[in-house]
Parts: sequence; structure tokens; C-alpha cells
Amino acid sequence: MYIIIVGGGKVGRGAARDLMDMGHEVCVVERDGNTAWAINNELGEVALLGDGAEIHVQRAAGMNRADVVVACTGRDQANLAVAQTAQTRFNVAKVIARINDPRNEPIFQTLGFHYTISATTAIVSAIEQEVSAGLNRLTQMRSTAFILAEHTIPSLAPCVGCTVRDLDLPPHTVLALIVHKDDEPEIPGPNTTIHAGDVIVAVTQPEHESSLRLALTGDN
Amino acid sequence: MRVVIMGCGRLGSTLARELDHEGHDVTVIDIDAAAFNWLEDDFQGVTMIGAGEDVEVQQAAGVPTADVFLALANGDNRNAMAVQVAKHIHRSPRVVARIYDPERADVYRQLGINVVNPTTILDQMVREAAFAIDEPDGAAG
Repeated sequence: MYIIIVGGGKVGRGAARDLMDMGHEVCVVERDGNTAWAINNELGEVALLGDGAEIHVQRAAGMNRADVVVACTGRDQANLAVAQTAQTRFNVAKVIARINDPRNEPIFQTLGFHYTISATTAIVSAIEQEVSAGLNRLTQMRSTAFILAEHTIPSLAPCVGCTVRDLDLPPHTVLALIVHKDDEPEIPGPNTTIHAGDVIVAVTQPEHESSLRLALTGDN
Repeated sequence: MRVVIMGCGRLGSTLARELDHEGHDVTVIDIDAAAFNWLEDDFQGVTMIGAGEDVEVQQAAGVPTADVFLALANGDNRNAMAVQVAKHIHRSPRVVARIYDPERADVYRQLGINVVNPTTILDQMVREAAFAIDEPDGAAG
């Protein structure tokens, strides 16, 4: 595939390196001369010097034949502009946009950009998880409002020794997988007994995350 | 009318002053407090420091209840994002963006945004000034 990456910072350069290793043809558009030079030095002549939000630069990068465009500069307004011109002007099939400020997620979603990556949100949720030692949100499902959450059952949790049927689970919540302490995975049924140290993967909705945590660990 | 203007440079401040004098209810947003020096002392409207494309700054500036939102900052990307936040998140009934790049101006027009493109307007005016045949002063004898 031909992949154009706009923005050659740490994220763009890392993505370029990996995608090239996977055998893809890559062009990195970068407006800073030193950064572009450093990319070419490391990866071969793949960097194009210019403002990737400018249509004449996009044309020079061959955006009309790109399979994927990744907009990953540090500025959300630039990423949105790149995403919109790639889609509207060059009919690029897949556009992936990086969101730096999580408050900008709604506008990207509203304008139809569903392949977005928000490092800030990912880092913040990782921090929250470490601080609260609560549920680990694995992923937000793409096409529905559901999330996948992982939780390790503490030894003092009230649900230890109970069966799945006994749990007070919130609505729209299903336990999808239990990995027991002996590393044996099991699809839980109503009669499956929960042990301390079990790792449970559940499907739920974001608003029920805290009730699920309460059901599995006994604390909020 | 309630008007919110993003960008208090030459154009933004000129419009803000004029609309204020005409009796409109004007709020001007700029990321740089020094930009408000463009306004005169008798400006009755509201000035706000902040990024005009920010959804919360727009909320605080009253974009959801304003009649018009004008994005007149210097960057095309910033203006384009700001009017789309105003239009799609705050349901602003009328938005206008200044977009310098003629090609990007076309893209945003295609996406249903009111765009003013100074480059094509000036291009036309400069051509007229440079190549128009001057009308002779009075009939030559």
C-alpha cells in the first residue's frame, strides 16, 4: 500500500519506520527542514519537505494514488485540514487522524473521521487505571458504544467463590472471558465460579464501567 | 445581531469596530491579548483571550446563541476548524471563514462552508489596477 504520513515528529517517524518494515511504500511530509533531513538520514529518501496541509504539497506527495493518509502533526487544526482535503479532494479511501486535545474528538467524529488516535486520552486512561487500580479499559469498539474492559479479581473481593449467576452485573454487560490463575482461559457460563486472581474480560458501556467495577471488586 | 469574531487583526478589528458602531452585539476572540490594541477605546463589545477553534472557548464567547460566527484569524487550518466547530457542535446558523489558499477555499465550499478567499479577490483587483486602460480626463480636443 502507498501510505502518506503528514507530520514527521516522533509519532509520524515511528509509524513510517514500522510501516516500511511491513513492506509498505511510505512518504512522510514534514515542514521542518532539519526534521525532514533526519528522517531521510534514517529511513532513506522518504521525506518530502513542505506544509502537508497545502494542496500543492499533497499533490506533490502523490496523494491521488495514496491508499492511506495519516494526519499526525501536533496541531489538531492541521490534522483536520489534512484529513478533509485528503478525503474531499483526493478521495483517499482511508484517513487516520491524530487528535492531540481530547476536547476536539467530537468535531472529528461529527465530520465523519472515525479512525482517530488520541494519545492524550490513551495516556490519561492508563494513568487513571494505575491510580484507581480499577478496570482496565482495553478498547472502545469501533462501530458500537461498547467497550472491552479487563479486571483482575482481588483476593478480598466479595465475588470470590460466587458463580457468574450470583453477580450483580449492570445492564448491557456480559462477561466474555475468564483466564484462571493456572492460565486456563474459559468462556464463562452462569455456573462458572470466580476465584481470586482470575482475569475477567467484560463487554460493557462506558456509563456502566463503575457499576461493573463495584460488582467485581466491591469497591468504587 | 449577536456576532462573534475570531481573530482581532486588521480585518477582524475593523469589522468589530464597524459592527459595534452600527449597534450590534460583538464579541472578539484572539489568542494574543496585544491584538485588542487594534480596537479603539470606545469599543463597547466584549474581548476574550483564547483559541477561537476551541469548543469551550466558543461556548464561553456565546457562539451557541450568536447569529453569526466569523473566523478571521491568520491560519487557514485554524479558521476552517473554528467554523466547523461553530456550525456542527454549536449549531451556529451562519458562519464565514477567511481562507487564503484558493484550492482549500474550494474544498471548504464543497463542504458547505461560506468562504471568503482574499487571494482571488485581490488577484482580480490587482489585475484591474495594473492593466485597466485609464479613462481620459475629459474629452481630448
